[in-house]
Amino acid sequence: MAKHETPLLDQLESGPWPSFVSDLKQEAEARAKNERNIEYQIPVDAVDDLLGVLELSFKHGRTHWKHGGIVGVFGYGGGVIGRYCDQPDNFPGVAHFHTMRVNHPAGKYYTTEYLKQLCDLWDFRGSGITNMHGSTGDIIFLGTTTPQLEEIFYELTHNLNQDLGGSGSNLRTPSDCIGSSRCEWACFDTQAICHFMTKEFQDELHRPAFPYKFKFKFDGCPNCCVASIARADISFIGTWRDDIRIDQDAVQGYIAGDYPPNGGAHADGNWGAFDINKEVVNICPTGCMSMQDGKLEIDNKECTRCMHCINVMPRALRPGTDTGLSMLVGAKAPILDGAQMGSLLVPFVEVNPDNDYEAIIEVIEALWDWWMEEGKNRERLGELIKRQGFQKMLDMTGIKPMPQHVQEPRTNPYIFWKEDEVPGGFNADITEFRKHHLR
Amino acid sequence: MAFVSSGYNPKKPMENRITDIGPRKYDEFYPPVIAKNKGKWKYHEILEPGVLVHVSETGDEVFTVRVGGARLMSVTHIREICEIADKHCDGHLRFTTRNNIEFMVDSKDKVEPLKKDLASRKFDGGSFKFPVGGTGAGITNIVHTQGWIHCHTPATDASGTVKATMDVLYDDFSKMRLPAQLRVSMACCLNMCGAVHCSDIAILGYHRKPPMLDHEYLDKMCEIPLAIAACPTAAIKPAKVEIAGGEKIKSVAVKNERCMYCGNCYTMCPSMPLADTEGDGIVLMVGGKVSNRVSNPMFSKVVVSFLPNDMPRWPEMTDTIKRIVEAYAAGANKYERVGEWAERIGWERFFEKCELEFTHHLIDDFRDAAYYTWRQTTNFKF
Repeated sequence: MAKHETPLLDQLESGPWPSFVSDLKQEAEARAKNERNIEYQIPVDAVDDLLGVLELSFKHGRTHWKHGGIVGVFGYGGGVIGRYCDQPDNFPGVAHFHTMRVNHPAGKYYTTEYLKQLCDLWDFRGSGITNMHGSTGDIIFLGTTTPQLEEIFYELTHNLNQDLGGSGSNLRTPSDCIGSSRCEWACFDTQAICHFMTKEFQDELHRPAFPYKFKFKFDGCPNCCVASIARADISFIGTWRDDIRIDQDAVQGYIAGDYPPNGGAHADGNWGAFDINKEVVNICPTGCMSMQDGKLEIDNKECTRCMHCINVMPRALRPGTDTGLSMLVGAKAPILDGAQMGSLLVPFVEVNPDNDYEAIIEVIEALWDWWMEEGKNRERLGELIKRQGFQKMLDMTGIKPMPQHVQEPRTNPYIFWKEDEVPGGFNADITEFRKHHLR
Repeated sequence: MAFVSSGYNPKKPMENRITDIGPRKYDEFYPPVIAKNKGKWKYHEILEPGVLVHVSETGDEVFTVRVGGARLMSVTHIREICEIADKHCDGHLRFTTRNNIEFMVDSKDKVEPLKKDLASRKFDGGSFKFPVGGTGAGITNIVHTQGWIHCHTPATDASGTVKATMDVLYDDFSKMRLPAQLRVSMACCLNMCGAVHCSDIAILGYHRKPPMLDHEYLDKMCEIPLAIAACPTAAIKPAKVEIAGGEKIKSVAVKNERCMYCGNCYTMCPSMPLADTEGDGIVLMVGGKVSNRVSNPMFSKVVVSFLPNDMPRWPEMTDTIKRIVEAYAAGANKYERVGEWAERIGWERFFEKCELEFTHHLIDDFRDAAYYTWRQTTNFKF
């Protein structure tokens, strides 16, 4: 028998899509039965009360959670988010219901052995409810009490060799796409660099020293499956400098209809036979492709590597082999000053694990030095770039301006010249001037 | 419920403390076929909705069955996922960035038994536990935020709106009939933890009333300068307020017409709540993308300024979303994303095709960027 009536939530049990309500109910029941004989460290009925308070929100159209309060584990300023219910008397099982962020492995591969260990720990010391995964990428443990925080951290670090992720004005848990582990388009090993950077910057991840949050995301190619270009203060996007690899026989295979275009992605539409001119050559945004004597030609120098042709004919076309990544900076969601897309700062940099990604780290550290010196409280890197100017960022990183940095040159001539750029400087002699120009 | 120690000694927190070890290393968890063929993949193909094959230069193949999941997940459910992976995939699996679960097998004959097993599992309420799909030119899982399940500033629920929407869009999760992939995202307030600002269709929780002021407690519970500094539009200023009994206390005043209801002040100051039954609801945004394919990445645009919270299934919201999806499916060219289609036919035509009302709320008036969204040409359609 359920502890709380949930007539509104019950209506979300039907329909084909997996019902979170059904799942919460099965967990509430599992805790009540306790077939594993667990000595639950937070109230057994936490999930019943979670359903109860959610039902109340569905009834009121308002949340019943209060913000934060300072909770955490000793020595860290992130990874734990305090949460309290504003109806603790009615829902004592979730009166204190803090979140813990557990740093996911790059690529989000798991063994069942490891996942079951996480489940055992979270069953025992928390609500048994998770997010797989949170928006930034972490495994989210949803709901425990303050005394359990250190215990969970101790068990994670001692028994599972596992650390917490980032929150607050820290480096947030970096995340990546599937990369070369299972994708033929990845221009670098996203998992290797994501893991390396996460380990390299543990201090920045756990101890708030930044003006605001800071995100790294690693996309193996310009398809941007982790949305780095829209979400990361620094987005790392794979690219190449040489020619797209062509298998002309496979091109003919697509033309003949032997292979489905776009890897079979359009199988259920009525699109007719594949037409290479209509679907590839004429859609190419730079017009750098043509069919000559039945052969596909690409003027690679003019290609901007948008991935369309490669996406459409994966068996015939592949990215080049002189690969690296582009760094774009300053992307963020709208708060506070409007959304920003990442802006190109480094068109190409080598990805070299053998020297610990030296060339990339150099840019990261220069950007951080600038932002930590000049950034205002709760100002993201993108907003600082807007406030102080792109040129300032070039100065601070020592990167030379180039036409790739802009979509178009400025439309106003309000150039802020530096004094040393103008011969003779800014202190022209008025007396000398007046000799030739009477008052 | 006796307290069981982990071994942690609260009197000596630094004793045997382990910190800054980071996450587990990714390659501990690779299935053997992935470990062996990493960096050697040649091409891939979607064999049917939800089923992919990747072919390696070594001749090896990995077959992936992708299933949707509510990202809010119990340990009971995760243990069931593990049971499936133990049975079919030698104890390996992965999650995608859009909350899907991927079961991988190393030969084709293992695919059908796995699919059959997944399809047979339903929750008591009747929904699928592991729907197969989310690939190619269709609709994959919705990335979303916490909503009323665990957040202090949401203007709507996340899991509920997502469940209602995915039930309505389910056919397009398990089919690939659209002109291109269509990414739906959900964030439960303007802060956009879910970064929905570059999605084909974005569901956004939205407040419409300025914060209430709990004057009597405000100065006791909040750092007033922090609350003032948190406001992106400088709508908050310090104020002296007379409370019942004639006492004058320090508090704040809000210039209502400057407030954009972001809730940043509430994050800093719990005495400034802004949740409101009638005020809160849903904004729909359309036409964003993150891929660089053909056209540049684009921001989503607001096309529905407000829909009320109508629990438990938000029918007006799901009807509107369905209408947009159908208009797109009928009108867009192959490979064209929602935003590219809208730009090609013109936004005036987009509103007509999707049967959406255009109101003054949809004209940008926020700072400099607004100007660049007005029409500065005589090229428009009647």
